[in-house]
Amino acid sequence: MPVVEVPIEKWTGKVKEVRLGGNGRRSEVVGGEATLPFLHFEGSFPNRPLIAIDVRDCEPRDWSPHLVAAWGDVLADPGAWARKAVEFGADIIALSLRSAHPEEGNTGADEARRTVDKVLSAVDLPLVITGPGVAEKDNEVLVAASEVAKGQRVALGNCEEKNHRTIAAACIADGHVAIAKTPIEINLAKQLNILLCDVGLSPDSILLDPTTGALGYGIEYTYSVMERLRLAGLGGDAMTAMPMICTAGEESWRQKESKVSEGVPEAWGDPLERALIWEGVTASMLIAAGADIVVLRHPRTVERVKAVIDKLMRV
Amino acid sequence: MALTGIEIYKFLPKTNCKECGFPTCLAFAMKLAARGVELSLCPYVSEESKQALEAAARPPIRLVTIGAGERRIEVGNEVVMFRHEKTFYHPPGFVVRVKDTDPADAVASLVDEVAGYSVERVGLELRLDGFAVENESKDGGNFFKCVELVTSKTDLPLILMSEDPSIMGQVLEKVASAKPLIYAATKESWDKMAELALKHRCPLAVHEPAGLGELAAVVEQVTGAGVEDVVLDPGARDFGESLSALTQLRRLALKKSFHLLGYPIITFPGEAATSMEEEALLAGQHVAKYAGIIVLDHFSPSMSYPLLTLRLNIYTDPQKPIQMTPGIYEIGSPKQESPLCVTTNFSLTYFSIAGELESSGFPSWLLVCDTEGLSVLTSWAAGKFDAEKIAKTVKEFNVAERISHRNVILPGHVAVLRGELEEELPDWKVMVGPREAVDVGGFLKQHWAG
Repeated sequence: MPVVEVPIEKWTGKVKEVRLGGNGRRSEVVGGEATLPFLHFEGSFPNRPLIAIDVRDCEPRDWSPHLVAAWGDVLADPGAWARKAVEFGADIIALSLRSAHPEEGNTGADEARRTVDKVLSAVDLPLVITGPGVAEKDNEVLVAASEVAKGQRVALGNCEEKNHRTIAAACIADGHVAIAKTPIEINLAKQLNILLCDVGLSPDSILLDPTTGALGYGIEYTYSVMERLRLAGLGGDAMTAMPMICTAGEESWRQKESKVSEGVPEAWGDPLERALIWEGVTASMLIAAGADIVVLRHPRTVERVKAVIDKLMRV
Repeated sequence: MALTGIEIYKFLPKTNCKECGFPTCLAFAMKLAARGVELSLCPYVSEESKQALEAAARPPIRLVTIGAGERRIEVGNEVVMFRHEKTFYHPPGFVVRVKDTDPADAVASLVDEVAGYSVERVGLELRLDGFAVENESKDGGNFFKCVELVTSKTDLPLILMSEDPSIMGQVLEKVASAKPLIYAATKESWDKMAELALKHRCPLAVHEPAGLGELAAVVEQVTGAGVEDVVLDPGARDFGESLSALTQLRRLALKKSFHLLGYPIITFPGEAATSMEEEALLAGQHVAKYAGIIVLDHFSPSMSYPLLTLRLNIYTDPQKPIQMTPGIYEIGSPKQESPLCVTTNFSLTYFSIAGELESSGFPSWLLVCDTEGLSVLTSWAAGKFDAEKIAKTVKEFNVAERISHRNVILPGHVAVLRGELEEELPDWKVMVGPREAVDVGGFLKQHWAG
């Protein structure tokens, strides 16, 4: 019989382990991989990728009716929404302080404190907390959220180059993790990590958000940037070796394929089934590229992607 | 791996006899390395050297063709583990499996549906590639009938699946000219299956689940018998196992030039999946991680469309990003009075802004300028996205006839173009939009009176 010697890569680096939660709250660890995703024959892959479920602090106005139907009346109450997300199998609650957006209520620090407090007491899962994506408002509500959640080790985002000092300072003061977000580019990602470490944030308090492109809407860019980041990290570059988080749910449910049921080609197939596969494929491809946390929206996708992760973790 | 001229030179007679038409053996070797001439021009090269050079020149993963028509599937010939290292060249074929135990009318309608399925994306027609017919009944007559039914309806490539060489032989007598893939030779049946593959000049799949060494052993036997076009089935079916096995096969072929396993791989995601949806996710994994042929057990447009989109995405050349065709695009169902935004034809730029417009609640017109696939800032810096180009594009696509107003929204990053553009388009009002696509919804709400 021919002798088959499978090439094994001798990686010198390892993905940082990042702990979320703890201090009375359920604790989860992501990262720690010493090989490419799920290559158990080559190296250690100690922590399974986790699933976060999107929860918003105000009722989403533009969500697909399929999502609205799946969640029902909890959408108006972030505490109830978070509890339902736990029932649906979330490992992490991804709380979006969307109401602070100037277009969606322009709420401020007080409202953010109330919401974060409410969700923290409603569930004992670790939290990811993101602002509305508008620079000044992000800083206002995220700093407030950071104070309320002090010691609970939540992940705060988005932390971008322009606000990295503010977010890093909050994370250092209150013991949180920063979500460093850069636009699908390996050098920018690395640069932001360096900036964060320069202002004193520990490398094990950073999650990397490479910016998610959904299936059909740039997923190949995200996929390849993630593979490159992971290869660089395993190759020994510590400033690229952070666990990665991807907003697969938000990006896929934003697309026409997921939102529109009528007036689209017949070849697109059943709207709900298509939307679920769209979200599932987006999530599972990014997990294959190295995602350590995927943020999802539909409960059925959560169930399916969890089953896939179970199978991939089996040695 | 390709050899350099110096490496090739070592195998030549080094006599500089000039009979090949080149002044020296080294010059001939250089030309060989550049693939400009054939080795047969040298009358004195030894048989040993010839074999060594041929082996070294062979691609790490052989290109295998399944089917004979215009829609034949060509897979293999990949050269990298990761698409960013160069690109993935030959997208895996999606074939749908039917079984000879399925009712004939169900097979007939499925074949019609699959063969007729087509979906458009970024100007391309995406389609499924063929059929696998399985001899589930173990009966030759049933198999023959089922194959006949399928071939009466389509000339898409076929995979014939039967473990019985005599049944396979009977069916091949009728359909071999269509060059179906014979599935499969095993360690028990390899000699008879190899004989059929040789006789009918068809590609041959080798199925051996016991391990990669065992798989290589059967491949060694069939290639020793003369079969050249091989497809591998390592037997791994589920998510984790197939990821490991396919990664190992790809590494062996590329990093070790292990020729016995340097062939495209066939996968069967439906055999491990517990539902159609899970099959879609596993097939997706196989698209990205190293399958050449993916046999699907379900057909549904809601599954085919995402998978075909994924294949298109993953097999896009990263060095040549997909460009959008310049023109005026309808986002939502815009009316004459809907907003008009202008952008570049870099696909990612287009998708970002189109996605945001889509979810903004403002159906819009999006005018895409030809910036040779560069993004807003890059194309502006390169002088490919200026006032003149935008004005020319507005005129070229008769934008003024599609809309009732005369407002055009520029990307915020090129606010400096405003004055010049107003000079180029004297009847128009130029608005400066947000710098980032994500803010366009808010911008429209604030600034677009409608």
